[in-house]
Amino acid sequence: MTSLEWIQIVVYFAVLFALVKPLGAYMAAIYSKQEPGPAKVLKPLESVIYKLSGIDPSTEMSWADYAKSMLLFNAAGLLLVYAILRTQQWMPWNPQSFGPLDPHTAWNIAVSFATNTNWQNYGGETVLSYFSQMSALTVQNFVSAASGMAVAVALARGLSRRQTKSIGNFWSDLIRSTIYVLLPLSFALALVLASQGVVQNLHPYQPASLTEPTTGEKNAKVTEQLIPMGPAASQIAIKQLGTNGGGFFNANSAHPFENPTPLSNLLQMLSIILIPAAFCFTFGQMVNDKRQGWALLAVMLIIFLPLMATCIGSETVTSPVYSKLGISGPNMEGKEVRIGIMNSGLWAAATTAASNGSVNSMHDSYLPLGGAAQLFLMQLGEVIFGGVGSGLYGLVVFAILAVFLAGLMVGRTPEYLGKKIEAFEMKMASLTILVPPACSLIGTAVGVVSVQGIAALFNYGPHGFSEILYAFTSMGNNNGSAFGGYSANAPLINTVGGIAMLASRYWVALPVLAIAGSLAAKKTVPPSAGTLPTHSGLFVMMLAGTVVIVGALAFIPALALGPIVEHLRLMK
Amino acid sequence: MIRQSVQCLLTLTVLTGLVYPLLVTVIAQGLFPNAANGSLLTNNGHITGSRLLGQPFENPKYFWSRPSATGPFAYNTASSSGSNFGPLNPDFRKALETRIAALKAANPQGGDIPIDLITASASGLDPHISPAAAEYQLARVSNVRGINVAHARELIARYTDTPQLGFLGNAGVNVLLLNQALDRKE
Repeated sequence: MTSLEWIQIVVYFAVLFALVKPLGAYMAAIYSKQEPGPAKVLKPLESVIYKLSGIDPSTEMSWADYAKSMLLFNAAGLLLVYAILRTQQWMPWNPQSFGPLDPHTAWNIAVSFATNTNWQNYGGETVLSYFSQMSALTVQNFVSAASGMAVAVALARGLSRRQTKSIGNFWSDLIRSTIYVLLPLSFALALVLASQGVVQNLHPYQPASLTEPTTGEKNAKVTEQLIPMGPAASQIAIKQLGTNGGGFFNANSAHPFENPTPLSNLLQMLSIILIPAAFCFTFGQMVNDKRQGWALLAVMLIIFLPLMATCIGSETVTSPVYSKLGISGPNMEGKEVRIGIMNSGLWAAATTAASNGSVNSMHDSYLPLGGAAQLFLMQLGEVIFGGVGSGLYGLVVFAILAVFLAGLMVGRTPEYLGKKIEAFEMKMASLTILVPPACSLIGTAVGVVSVQGIAALFNYGPHGFSEILYAFTSMGNNNGSAFGGYSANAPLINTVGGIAMLASRYWVALPVLAIAGSLAAKKTVPPSAGTLPTHSGLFVMMLAGTVVIVGALAFIPALALGPIVEHLRLMK
Repeated sequence: MIRQSVQCLLTLTVLTGLVYPLLVTVIAQGLFPNAANGSLLTNNGHITGSRLLGQPFENPKYFWSRPSATGPFAYNTASSSGSNFGPLNPDFRKALETRIAALKAANPQGGDIPIDLITASASGLDPHISPAAAEYQLARVSNVRGINVAHARELIARYTDTPQLGFLGNAGVNVLLLNQALDRKE
């Protein structure tokens, strides 16, 4: 790495950590029904939304009502996206006259965006109208993120409240996340991105004449490029901030119209991790012990940094693929010159650690170790930063498992933040931890044995297996990135993948809400000499170890068949 | 609860799916019309490309762009795509060999081939090549066009995007701008 690249990494983490505390404290205030400073100007907007939606934000909900509201709201969103995608030919703002999408494609997209996965089985610029991009997809970018944030907040309330049935009001948490956190940040980011060259308009695609004509299919002469347009900046801002990741264009954030400059790249890369990192602080503040939040953030970093280094390092050294041909240099296949190797590798690690899934380089063309790091970051259950809200609640569930394991070692009833962890919590935690690997591995198994699963392959051998494993790992953990060669837009893959996305989103979120409800009903026990402190370095290591060991136990055999074999063959 | 879900969804759809993107559009069009409309290049009112999107070049008088994996022709801006070749894909190896042979034939002066000239970009639309890749082609282009090497090198420098704010990203030469400038000199 060059010295400029080191400076960029340092700047990246410095800016990120400088923002964790102010943003985290701001969000904690928002979820405690305060509107600090300039946020007050949005108060009337909030009231109007409550009025139009027929919502009384002051009613407190049990966990079951909270869960029911979330499910109904997400189901309504899913149906609306499906309906818009199936009827986009009749909707406005469709200058390229795109027709309706197939039912199985529309189903997969609807599930994908409603569950905050944003897996893409389509190329935006070739099938979606501007209306679909805005009123179907941009909306879900906001509300799926806000739903995840709401669940995390409910869990924090469950841990901090005592002997009560209520964990807050879903509508209030959803709407406040949207208008006080996501909307202002997106608005600012969208404008900066537009200033850098991200397109933001409703014009039809513009034909441009080529300086040197070229040849296309059947040697036909091609004299023009058709330059795509659209309201991209507004969607890309929330796609990054809400850990969504679904691109406006097929090439996602590698496309010069999504990510035109190194500055746009830095800001988007920061946005990917910003809210998940700040949520750790929010959590600490909400449970009245900021050290707890810092401990969770430390766990995320301890796991993230070595995998990030792997991702960057694997691409930096000259691979045998090139040296055998007398070429030396980093692996530039599937990477952009303006972005470069370090920013590609850092982004690839950030986007798979956070359940974002946007890409600024093509993951399918990474060397096996880089690809393995991306896979493993997802396979840890999207708790290393993870999705906005969902990463935090996922990691808290792992913390519950870790105190349980520690309790087993010393023969004491485990406690987390003063709450006794008992059989019900452990059952729910186990569900939460086991469902995503089950979705990923069962989906991969279906992909490997089915004709459609194999027909979708672009690369063969161990790399082909990695393509299938990556696809279902990504859907089964609500990430959304892909080994893009895999032609996943086939009925079977769309259907199975859709089920995997739904299962891993709600079979995690619902047990988490159940845990929140159960913990809220309990007394808080004051810490005693025998309590395991959950903010200590010892516990940080124990929690990091738990996350890594669970992930490794579930996935090492599968990784051995894919990237590990491929690496050995490459080095032969 | 169903009624609330539907009403809340519709309200938020209007807010985040219509008001928000349209408001950003209006402001972006007012403040940065050129950037928000695709950074288009024009010649006498006719669009000749975008400074952010590359174009394919094969003629030896032009600097060549990076290989592009878009279909059905290279640098098809309406269909962005990378190659998605895995590192051990035999077709990838063949593509690399073909590109190396073509570069060696077109640039007999020799020298190490910069890796970005034989690898396809992620979007298939990369507007840049590395400064080394421009230097590698410098002798060929000056020779074919019969222009002074030092002068061509100056042009390369003029169309090189250096690291933003002095430290962000990598230097890259904008191939389309460079080639259009060369054509204007003739």
